[in-house]
Amino acid sequence: MQLSLGPVLFFWSRDKYLNFYSEMIEQPLDVIYLGETVCSKRRALSLDDWLGLARELKQQSNAELVLSGLTLVEAASELSSLKRLCDNGELLVEANDTGAVQLLSERKLPFVAGPALNIYNGHALREYLAAGLQRWVPPVECSAQLVEASLRQLDELGVARPELEIFAYGHLPLAYSARCFTARAENRPKDDCQFCCNGYPEGIGLDSQEGQRLFTINGIQTMSGEVCNLIADYPRLAALGADYLRLSPRAEGMAEVVQSFHHVLHGAAAPLAVSGCNGYWHGVPGMLRAEDAGLC
Amino acid sequence: MQLVCPAGSLPALKAAVRQGADAVYVGFRDDTNARHFAGLNLDEKQLQQGLELIRKEGRHLYVAVNTYAQPDGWARWQRAVDHAAALGVDALIAADPGVLAYAAQHHPDLNLHLSVQGSATNAQSLAFYQSRYNIKRAVLPRVLSLTQVKQVAATSPVPVEVFAFGSLCIMAEGRCHLSSYLTGESPNLCGVCSPAKAVRWEETPEGLTSRLNGVLIDRYQADEPAGYPTLCKGRFLVNGQRFHALEEPTSLNTLDLIPQLSAIGVTAVKIEGRQRSPAYVEQVVRVWRAALDSYQRAPQQYCVEPQWNSVLAGLSEGSQTTLGAYHRAWQ
Repeated sequence: MQLSLGPVLFFWSRDKYLNFYSEMIEQPLDVIYLGETVCSKRRALSLDDWLGLARELKQQSNAELVLSGLTLVEAASELSSLKRLCDNGELLVEANDTGAVQLLSERKLPFVAGPALNIYNGHALREYLAAGLQRWVPPVECSAQLVEASLRQLDELGVARPELEIFAYGHLPLAYSARCFTARAENRPKDDCQFCCNGYPEGIGLDSQEGQRLFTINGIQTMSGEVCNLIADYPRLAALGADYLRLSPRAEGMAEVVQSFHHVLHGAAAPLAVSGCNGYWHGVPGMLRAEDAGLC
Repeated sequence: MQLVCPAGSLPALKAAVRQGADAVYVGFRDDTNARHFAGLNLDEKQLQQGLELIRKEGRHLYVAVNTYAQPDGWARWQRAVDHAAALGVDALIAADPGVLAYAAQHHPDLNLHLSVQGSATNAQSLAFYQSRYNIKRAVLPRVLSLTQVKQVAATSPVPVEVFAFGSLCIMAEGRCHLSSYLTGESPNLCGVCSPAKAVRWEETPEGLTSRLNGVLIDRYQADEPAGYPTLCKGRFLVNGQRFHALEEPTSLNTLDLIPQLSAIGVTAVKIEGRQRSPAYVEQVVRVWRAALDSYQRAPQQYCVEPQWNSVLAGLSEGSQTTLGAYHRAWQ
């Protein structure tokens, strides 16, 4: 099993991105996803900047570099940016919208199916495999049981399994909207957002009126309030044949996160329980920690 | 433009037909459709009766099999598609590429419409479904502005249908796991959002509270109207402020946009609400039929009658309506 670093879901400054990746390239990561997947207005780094960064990182490590595409593709301008991304000519692309799948399939290019593509069973997997899917990152709400059943279904259909990558750490990307909730929280119109999400390197917490942390607001994206952590579920991930565990970047402390996963992947005992949530993986509400729900 | 109306029961279907729906959409009584609510949807006998009426009146019947199939339940989705084909419905509304592929292969004569749950918001995405499954129409998610609908419609390989009235999803349909994060059940997999069985109402000294799987969604003072605790419409704390951080309880109403939607070339307008009562369907369809007919008769003179809006406002969440994402400022 190997480790991947998902695309940064938050909006950071150019310097923060560059510092982050110069730190991450020293880490034992096997795949690094680059690019903006949440909001097309975030342009601290352009497509050329991302490609330039990928070339630099390539010289410093053997990690595979993948370019992630936008998730909610609405405007004609967003579609043309997505076309340029698919035509980058260098890097494998992670598709997060069926529009990207179509563009890549027309170009006969293999792709990673990101967690925002709705693939929930073996029959759907077969369809995307026919379009060029090489690696499957299941939707974050999928349980281990659903992933396993989908792959078994694929076996029954006589189709070879793709690589499997599981979202194993970070705030879960849960929803996408036309509305920017960060701008709304700051009473700004979306058209004049002033890139206010830049002021929240890990999004804004959304709590119930009783103070329970529910969600994290990140521009047009709504994420889990809790940080998902599947490190205690390593034995099941291994039994399932996961090829990659995806660690989703946070503003601080990612090197320690990578190290702790690396150690478990290389023989250290997985902890019995960790803080955060892993409910989805156990087939219960995503916000729960299976150990608390009495499932382990 | 065609008027496509919801029916969660036979009386609602009859009401829709009576008031002039061009097409009525329904679901089977299981988790193969995105309104899998207790007591809702039509059984076999009701479907037959509904279909007879639809045929007699020269309208269309669509069946939604628009959740994503769970691998262990695949046979249910297969059966639902076969059932719709056997009934001879005018279109099957689906989202899952596995389901669409099955329908296209086994029932090549069955018209396929891409469900809003397919979350296709651009022409390339629509091309994905059209080139592979020969979809004949697509329902667009309620996240596009009018300009974006125009761009998509102009470049789409298939005619498009848009939502005209009803509950408003603030998130892109098919791209929202908020419900399963709190309750374990989601629209994509279970056909429900903020499921009723997870809802608890309680009178407390601080006011009436609504909870979803134990999570406080909202708290109401005596003079405040209380709405169903759809989780994106609760009041939450963000940066120390208590407000509708995601969306107010409000309904989409696009009567004002009929001329623009028609000019864009939108082929059908859809009324949301299979979970609503026959009386609701009756009133909403009546207003929309009147509005579309009025536009048809004299496009240049079209204007929204105040009475139409007052009827619709009375049926709307929080008695409020909005143009939603179609109006850029709302975003």
